[in-house]
Amino acid sequence: MVDILLTTKGKIGIMVEAEVIRPDVFAAKNKEEIERLIVWQGASKLPLSDFFDVEVRGAAQTSASSGDSSQETQIIIEGDVSRVKRIGQEMKAGSIEISGSAGMHLGAEMAGGSIFVKGDAGSWSGREMKGGLLHIGGNCGDHVGCAYRGSWRGMTGGQITIDGNARSQLGGGLVGGQIMVAGDVENFCGIRQSGGRIIVRGSAIRAVGAEMNGGVIAVCKGIKQCSPGFVEVAREENPKLADPKLGEMQLEGRFIKYTGDYALGKNPKGTLYEREV
Amino acid sequence: MAATATAGTMIIKNGHVFDPLNGINGDVKDIFIRDGKVVSSLTAAQQRDAIVIDASGKTVMPGGVDSHSHVAGAKVNAGRSMRPEDHYKSVRAKTAITHSGSGYTVPSVYKQGYDYAAMGYTTVFEAAMPPLEARHTHEEMRSTPILDMGAYMVMGNNWFVMRYLKEGDIEKAAAYVAWMMRTHKAYGIKCVNPAGVENWGWAKNIHGLDEPNIHFEVTPREIIRGLAEVNEMLGLPMSLHLHANNLGHPGNWQIARDSLMIPAGIGAKNKSDLLWAETKENARRRQTVYLAHAQFSAYGGSSWRDFTSGAADLAKYINQVDDVVIDSGSVPFGPATTMTGDGPAQHDLYMLTGQKWSNTDVELECGSGVLSLVYMKSSPVHAVQWAIGLEVLLLIDDPWKTIMTTDHPNGGIFTQYPQVLTWLMSRKARDDTAKECHKWAYDKSTLGGVDRQLSLYEIAIITRANPARTIGMAYRKGHLGIGADGDVTIYDIDPSSLDTNDTKALTAKLSRPDYTIKDGQIIARNGEIVSVTEGRRFYCRPFVDEDLEKDMLADVKDWFKYYTVGFANYPVPDKYLKNPVAISVNRPLEAEALVRR
Repeated sequence: MVDILLTTKGKIGIMVEAEVIRPDVFAAKNKEEIERLIVWQGASKLPLSDFFDVEVRGAAQTSASSGDSSQETQIIIEGDVSRVKRIGQEMKAGSIEISGSAGMHLGAEMAGGSIFVKGDAGSWSGREMKGGLLHIGGNCGDHVGCAYRGSWRGMTGGQITIDGNARSQLGGGLVGGQIMVAGDVENFCGIRQSGGRIIVRGSAIRAVGAEMNGGVIAVCKGIKQCSPGFVEVAREENPKLADPKLGEMQLEGRFIKYTGDYALGKNPKGTLYEREV
Repeated sequence: MAATATAGTMIIKNGHVFDPLNGINGDVKDIFIRDGKVVSSLTAAQQRDAIVIDASGKTVMPGGVDSHSHVAGAKVNAGRSMRPEDHYKSVRAKTAITHSGSGYTVPSVYKQGYDYAAMGYTTVFEAAMPPLEARHTHEEMRSTPILDMGAYMVMGNNWFVMRYLKEGDIEKAAAYVAWMMRTHKAYGIKCVNPAGVENWGWAKNIHGLDEPNIHFEVTPREIIRGLAEVNEMLGLPMSLHLHANNLGHPGNWQIARDSLMIPAGIGAKNKSDLLWAETKENARRRQTVYLAHAQFSAYGGSSWRDFTSGAADLAKYINQVDDVVIDSGSVPFGPATTMTGDGPAQHDLYMLTGQKWSNTDVELECGSGVLSLVYMKSSPVHAVQWAIGLEVLLLIDDPWKTIMTTDHPNGGIFTQYPQVLTWLMSRKARDDTAKECHKWAYDKSTLGGVDRQLSLYEIAIITRANPARTIGMAYRKGHLGIGADGDVTIYDIDPSSLDTNDTKALTAKLSRPDYTIKDGQIIARNGEIVSVTEGRRFYCRPFVDEDLEKDMLADVKDWFKYYTVGFANYPVPDKYLKNPVAISVNRPLEAEALVRR
């Protein structure tokens, strides 16, 4: 196991685009090579060492290389990186741990490995994610696990866990995988969802599952304004949510089960659970 | 390469030259270019200043000519703006000489120009310019680097055209078309779903050639015949360009065939004042109708359930006649953005797919629709469309009746041309793809039984010589005769050792020619742009008798109250065109002016 410690060098002005911060890029690189990796800040290309102190710890240190495989590589980020975007983007293996908050596009399009953020995460975290685990200890912004602008295909696999609240368009275009939110969400949660599962332990404001045509959404503390295209089909006690890929999951309490969104077509396949208040 | 090389002067030595309009089939010879034009030889002094390219063991063809592509104007831009997802994963960084750009199915104007040039194409014509969007179209062409361009104007549902044709006043129709082409700086006449798009204003379409449309009560047959006659009365360089009725619907091959019969007997007349570069073969068009994207009009069956290819039936007719040319509109699979002036056809596709869709009504003139789409090998219908797009090129025996396109970006993207050419050149490539497709690909078409493999000579016909000849540009494009533009593509293909079974290598070599040369200047090397020039903009200036024009303009001014623009703001000003090349047609002083019978 190789740990690579990145410590912020101070406050970051213009946001930094740092898609190079991912275990599979750091793997097999020594301290100097990691420091020389290029990030963008506005229109400037700058070395990673302009923003971080790099320290390589662990077994492979003696051979001057930081791990021979990405699975063995862990990146630990100390400090606030809420103005650093695209950390862990497209990563396939290894892990990232962030002690502060992270910026936008955290773990976007990631296919494997894991990311844990103690603080908050920005918008587009887990955007179009394909696999792996993304755990956000605090709150996060809009479009978590969502399709990017113009696309209707969002997250296709993996798992996102949010301990705090999320804002709008969580799981937009969700095709597969699971998103769990301990707190509340705002608007358009699961818009255009066609598969996968979204569990919101708190409440939602409106338009949950708008234009949804597959998959499951469950909201445990009420939807302030339910979409008109959802039709009640049953009331269930401790419903079991089955999904061939995600396995079974049981919710606690009495739920209203809806099918929708009939705004999209005559025979929609989306399922929405809302716990009775 | 000589350090003191004179711009536009060049010798391309020892290449295998494929120049069908001059009957040259892979002969090893030198090509000389001086001041951007092909010449027979250079003096010793000129040779010292020339750029010399050794093309030994390589394939030399004239620069590629695309006679049907959607690359400029309002609907193209609608395709860009409604598809951000098409852009952020396909980006091009700027270099010292090129702009940045983005977009896969609908690239930005800069990227379009560079991508075409890097692929060996030097001339591209925009297939559908609504008159009201002519300014926008010219603005985008003005901003497109390198390429020589022009645009066909959409006339098949124009109120004035429909009115005059209904009244049987073909002279006034001709006067109107002539004035419109000069006013909007258009190159040719495009006719999209004649009479049907007008009905789309009432959420209806037209399904038969003799079905009169709403209000104007004019039929597709009257419009096709009328515009084809107008085209030859004026003597335009290009024939009528037809997008047939019922496009995209199962069973439409019959209406396509019947539409192609309508202009029979009119006879092709090109009355343009031009100096023609030397060619051995006749470089003047024979056809009076040029059918757009035949793939979309060669469907059999009666519904999507019993959908089959109708290409063999359509090809059977085209094999019998000499007054028809088609372009293929092939489908190479993958993401596409469909965009046509055929509003109802686009709406049908939207109802079928539920994809993102946009629609526009262009006042008194036409309409259009745009939709995002992915052609999938697993889809039975898409697999048959793939087969049809190749059948129309392989089942029509004479390559001088066919042109290879993808109707970019409708059937596929122009950067996929090398893939389409590989399928045409290699039976193995077709069989390999058919194995990955839904079984309908071969079950519902005749493609599986076609052994024909196109030669490099035939490829040069369907990508250079014939598109140029069909649209009347062979007076300078599509060949390497003396006086032709010095546009040359050099592929790293040795015809003597070409293995068409190595399909990956063939596609790669066709995608990234060693050299793209335009006007005797090296534009691209191995797919990289090395110099950026400004292309020309071709348009026609047809003339009719002054009194006739005056009569016609009185009608136009009377109906202009229905337009949202003022008459004075209608024309495209000269400043919208960079390097304009105006082609005078039917000029009164020389040719007999068109007068009222």
